[in-house]
Amino acid sequence: MIEARPLPKKKTRSISWNSREGRSVIYQIVAIASVAGFIWLLVTNTLGNMRRRGIQSGYDFMFQPFGFDVSETLIPYDVMSTYWTAFAIGLTNTLKVAIIGIVLATLIGTMLGIGRFSTNFLVRKVCYVYVEIFRNIPVYLQLLIWYIVFTETLPSMDEAWEVGPTFLSKGGFFFPWPNWELGQSLALLGMLLGVVGSYVYARSARRHFDLTGHSRPVLPVAFGIIVGLGVVGWLIGGAPMAWTLPEKGVFMVEGGANFSPEFLALLVGLVLYTASFIAEIVRSGIASVSQGQHEAAASLGLTKSLSMRLVALPQALRVIIPPLTSQYLNLTKNSSLAVAIGYPDLVSIANTSLNQTGRAIEALSIVMAVYLTLSLITALLMNWFNASAAIQER
Amino acid sequence: MKLKSLNLSLALAAVTILASAPAHAASKTVDAIKARGQLVCGVNTGLAGFSQADSSGNWSGLDVDYCKAVAAAVLSDASKVKYVPLNAQQRFTALQSGEVDILSRNTTGTLSRDASLGLHFVGTSFYDGQGFMVAKGKIKSAKQLNGAAVCVQSGTTTEKNLTDFARANNIKIKPVVFEKVEAATGAYFSGRCQAYTTDASGLASTRSKEAKVPEDHVILSDLISKEPLGPMVRRGDDEWLAITKWVLNGLIEAEEYGIKQSNVEEMKKSSDPQVGRMLGSTEDLGKHLGLDKEWLARAIAATGNYGEIFERNVGPKTPLNLPRGKNNLWNNGGLMYAPPLR
Repeated sequence: MIEARPLPKKKTRSISWNSREGRSVIYQIVAIASVAGFIWLLVTNTLGNMRRRGIQSGYDFMFQPFGFDVSETLIPYDVMSTYWTAFAIGLTNTLKVAIIGIVLATLIGTMLGIGRFSTNFLVRKVCYVYVEIFRNIPVYLQLLIWYIVFTETLPSMDEAWEVGPTFLSKGGFFFPWPNWELGQSLALLGMLLGVVGSYVYARSARRHFDLTGHSRPVLPVAFGIIVGLGVVGWLIGGAPMAWTLPEKGVFMVEGGANFSPEFLALLVGLVLYTASFIAEIVRSGIASVSQGQHEAAASLGLTKSLSMRLVALPQALRVIIPPLTSQYLNLTKNSSLAVAIGYPDLVSIANTSLNQTGRAIEALSIVMAVYLTLSLITALLMNWFNASAAIQER
Repeated sequence: MKLKSLNLSLALAAVTILASAPAHAASKTVDAIKARGQLVCGVNTGLAGFSQADSSGNWSGLDVDYCKAVAAAVLSDASKVKYVPLNAQQRFTALQSGEVDILSRNTTGTLSRDASLGLHFVGTSFYDGQGFMVAKGKIKSAKQLNGAAVCVQSGTTTEKNLTDFARANNIKIKPVVFEKVEAATGAYFSGRCQAYTTDASGLASTRSKEAKVPEDHVILSDLISKEPLGPMVRRGDDEWLAITKWVLNGLIEAEEYGIKQSNVEEMKKSSDPQVGRMLGSTEDLGKHLGLDKEWLARAIAATGNYGEIFERNVGPKTPLNLPRGKNNLWNNGGLMYAPPLR
């Protein structure tokens, strides 16, 4: 339980009902104590009730084998894998759709948001209509609609659309995938090093520009470093060339990699929905930069695109990032609607686990803890990004 | 944004467990039902033949009839039942938390459910097995499903059976798992999955109700599991368990002795001593259960015996067209065997 410790005494302040500080300290202690007491009451009462009713409780089931199949997974598992593995499969599936979704939604949303300022009437209006349609339909319905569209309009597996080595059907989108060997791992490592190297290079180029006024090419060099190091890694790893190609089986295309219709429907639904909000955020961010800034940039002789990139966007970012963070969080949390369309995300796996074991409170508590952690990590990263984009007074 | 899929009612039920004060050791379910004047019965959200509400909100089906029989025995009125539709995720929590008095919802009895949920299985009201529905003409046996996508509803014994079956037969099956049964069947009928799996009775129900052309779909003859379906009650109230168990046994025994909805009044005068015991005309078995002696007579008058309930809801004359099969009486080659009411 919480022990009320006397605050260190300061000469000018005293914990007294008559001082403003004193009252606020007392209020806070009372508030914390009552919240803690309430939680303690709930927990002990729940445990007591469950014990009395003969309901087994505890997290020991997490070490039992889960024994049900999952249609798509990024990590290997077998019959004897534990419920921990099942939850990890669900989590990686959630992360897969969340990360790809956040990247795509940001790209599309930014383009739509900038499109609202286009001088082209058609582009402007299309972006406007898009935003109004997609942000006003509940995302749950959008997911269901996309899923129905995919499963109703795509051809059956027997008559899958074939383009080269790729197949598209109700069974999903199948494409060739390299056999993962040492070479691929080293290539990935090389590219990661390349990203770090590019960052270092970009900073030195920036310093060089600040000192001398001469700009160095950044994008082509960064591209070169990343691809170059990737290729080097691949070569060191023995330049593996083998691919698995999708082939038609009796029921479905097998081999290669694939995106299931459930994943695609979830991704498309979440991306298009979230992009409409991001578009509005980007639009309001750009609109918040005063016209004078554009005029000032123009008077310096900057082109339209340079003035957007160097003057308007950096200022707009300060307005954009905080609400953008909540959109990222929303997208991640909305991915829990996946259970409606059969995508095995964390919630879907937790639902199944809950029903196999009957441990409702335990399974729900894990899900809540995971989403809380994901949200906090996202918020932390975005806060850090926000701080780096904030106005630096010189 | 809430996690919608973790149903609101599930959350509410959980809160009920959280918030309800420590109660007396043995809750008197029957007293509560009598005080309320109503039996609260958890049923499926909609499964033709088992529990289904019509457009005016009247529930019917095999699982529903059992609730009516219990209400007739306890409250002397089969209509005094409040039906609470529950999905697979909600059902156990709803019963645990006291939201319903009895769960009569095609639930498979398993060891872990019987022993670890704080619940009791009352008995088996329907012997079932898990089967597969596929489009007509493609395959003849479930073992040919290698590589197929199979639509499943989440939170059922079905998911694990499917995995066990695939592993035992060394075939690969991709389960596509949906929270709602409507979504699972919808995905099957749209062609996303090559097969839909659930209990054979559920397959028949789905085919009769949802298929555009029922004849285009076949239910494969192989069953991959035993699914004894039956009602459940909470632990800790042995008297209530006894009542619910013996109403079920009584309905089965009534069929064996030829007591029907139509002849139950006359049968009270029967010279067969067993019939006299059951209907309370000679002995009073009801007192052992804390009920009056007419308890079973009222239940039979309300719903008919087990055979009548079966024929009315799922039998060959209904759209489900299920054969009596394993659900026949023991002396007719089936598994329905009630311990003697004596």
